[in-house]
Amino acid sequence: MMKKLALTTALGALVAGAGYAQGIDVKLGVLNDRSGVYADLSGEGSVVAARMAVEDFKAADKGLNVEIISADHQNKPDIGSSIANRWYDEEGVNAILDVPTSSVALAVADITAEKNGVLIDSGAGSTALTREQCRPTTIHWTYDTAALANGTGAAMTNAGGKKWFFLTADYAFGHSLQENTAAVVEENGGEVLGTVDVPFPANDFSSFLLQAQGSGADVIGLANAGGDTVNAIKQASEFGITQAGQKLAALLFFVTDVHALGAQTAQGLSLTEAFYWDQNDTTRAWSKRFMDTHGAQPTMVQAGVYSGTMAYLAAVEAVGSTDGKAVAAKMKETEIDDPLFGKVTVRGDGRAIHDMYLFEVKSPDQSTGEWDLYNQISTISGEDAFLPMLDECDFTKQ
Amino acid sequence: MFELLGISPQVLLGQLLLGLINGSFYAVLSLGLAVIFGLLNIINFAHGALYMAGAFVAWMLLHYLGIGYWPSLILAPLIVGAFGIVLERTMLSRLYHLDHLYGLLLTFGLALIIQGLFRHYYGVSGLPYRIPDILSGGHNLGFMFLPNYRAWVVVASVLVCFGTWFTIEKTRLGAYLRAATENPALVSAFGINVPLLIMLTYGFGVALAGFAGVLAAPIYSVNPNMGADLIIVVFAVVVIGGMGSILGAIVTGYMLGIIEGLTRVFYPEGSAVVIFVIMAIVLLIKPEGLFGRTA
Repeated sequence: MMKKLALTTALGALVAGAGYAQGIDVKLGVLNDRSGVYADLSGEGSVVAARMAVEDFKAADKGLNVEIISADHQNKPDIGSSIANRWYDEEGVNAILDVPTSSVALAVADITAEKNGVLIDSGAGSTALTREQCRPTTIHWTYDTAALANGTGAAMTNAGGKKWFFLTADYAFGHSLQENTAAVVEENGGEVLGTVDVPFPANDFSSFLLQAQGSGADVIGLANAGGDTVNAIKQASEFGITQAGQKLAALLFFVTDVHALGAQTAQGLSLTEAFYWDQNDTTRAWSKRFMDTHGAQPTMVQAGVYSGTMAYLAAVEAVGSTDGKAVAAKMKETEIDDPLFGKVTVRGDGRAIHDMYLFEVKSPDQSTGEWDLYNQISTISGEDAFLPMLDECDFTKQ
Repeated sequence: MFELLGISPQVLLGQLLLGLINGSFYAVLSLGLAVIFGLLNIINFAHGALYMAGAFVAWMLLHYLGIGYWPSLILAPLIVGAFGIVLERTMLSRLYHLDHLYGLLLTFGLALIIQGLFRHYYGVSGLPYRIPDILSGGHNLGFMFLPNYRAWVVVASVLVCFGTWFTIEKTRLGAYLRAATENPALVSAFGINVPLLIMLTYGFGVALAGFAGVLAAPIYSVNPNMGADLIIVVFAVVVIGGMGSILGAIVTGYMLGIIEGLTRVFYPEGSAVVIFVIMAIVLLIKPEGLFGRTA
């Protein structure tokens, strides 16, 4: 009797799982920086983007009861880890979204694998997420340091900037960005004259800029992000470095940073992004909705949270459960046609492959509005932008 | 000798000068802290937040009212100082009879609230503030390009530091102030309004933070976290100089700016911690600080 009952239950579960995702509870945790240097490029805007995804996916109509919670990891791996543990163990979170700051993202990726959740990372840059520390439950959505290097690094070297000097933020992300860019520079016939590791976060870059100036490099590569990059660019202009002919490469720079710096100071900078609000009618319409709620244009990180959430929910619906490994595997099987990122495929290692774009910041007289900041220079196909997959990280074969 | 260290004299001179510029900020900020601690016995943890407020007030004056840099250099510290006086009257004055720790906790809480408010309304990306036209550009000194604005920062900070030191140590008003800290009851018996004196002193210390904020606005990113990063370093400067010592705060501020600048050449990774290493050493060898009077 017991056996029969168990069999019926199992069968019932199987049937329910196959077709419909009736009444599945999905809890998503947006874990990012809500008060520090990355709060504007991720922060509450990422939560807004996740909510828009749930709305656009029409989750409720498809039988998914989606709840979104959020927390501030303060860019500290220990804080991020303890939140992730609590979310999975006590609060029943199924997937963690965004997680900028590579050191935190790497810690959360491990916890996620252990607890069988899914990490859909949009904000972090380190390639280690899908290489040295790849996990079956990690999806790296928006960008990584290799893609940035292949965009900005290659473009500037080919435009004649052969000699490079790096100012590197002294943590996982900065080093990763510098190594990737240096490799691209050398591949394209350039050379690296020197680097200096700058403690993070830093206020005053004048000493480091002067060292870079003294090196005689053509290009000063800024392997940092957020307020650090803003400070470095502001001060480079103040010390007459850009006026004297040395070029700055902002290797990771977001539309919110350009907005903060103003077109006057930022004009002419080249940078690589996966998304810009003013690319086509769809991105403009979506960004307008975002702007109406959030009061600023979306960054590529926030757009990535939207797209990643859409893809995750579709996979949960298809699988019929929130089992981390199963959902991640499903995401890797599916061809995704995303409204913001276009054609996206998620590779076996969890790397989402999509086009990246090289932009140049407009001069003040070209810019027609406060957020009219970029000219698109070129498109870099996903295959060219991202590093090839490592065999040991291809989880579809394991 | 310079070549032995693997560095040319030009680079070294340049870095010394840059250190001096950063030291100017440390000096003005630690001076404010030292004045407040020396005369009120309050460990003012809100100092960084008020420095940030100074930069923001300058931005607001420009953005909303079209008031430029030079008037802001006077107006913003006055506004921040007035705000400080409100804090002193409504909250801090109730804590004078308690342990230092209560003042520290209160001002720490205030700092978090002030930063949180600015973050809520202005975000963390920062706001642009331009260098005034008359100070834009710079001069080539042979060993480095010195932006005019940075030269002005050094001059302004030296003037303010000297003025403050002179007032407190050498004038009659300063003598009243110092007497009022030693023995408030006796000084008020001479007909001096001690609470007023203390209130104005706090306002002045805070105005110094606001002044440093305006000085910083054109060269650093004006954002709500700008003071939070700096305040810990400035506290270390005050501890090294000797808590409450006016001269100690000034001299140590410039000195540590220079030491930090040199560390950025020889061992850049260590430049964020060098000041704290020095603090640890000073505390071990001379716990009252380099210029402190023995407690």
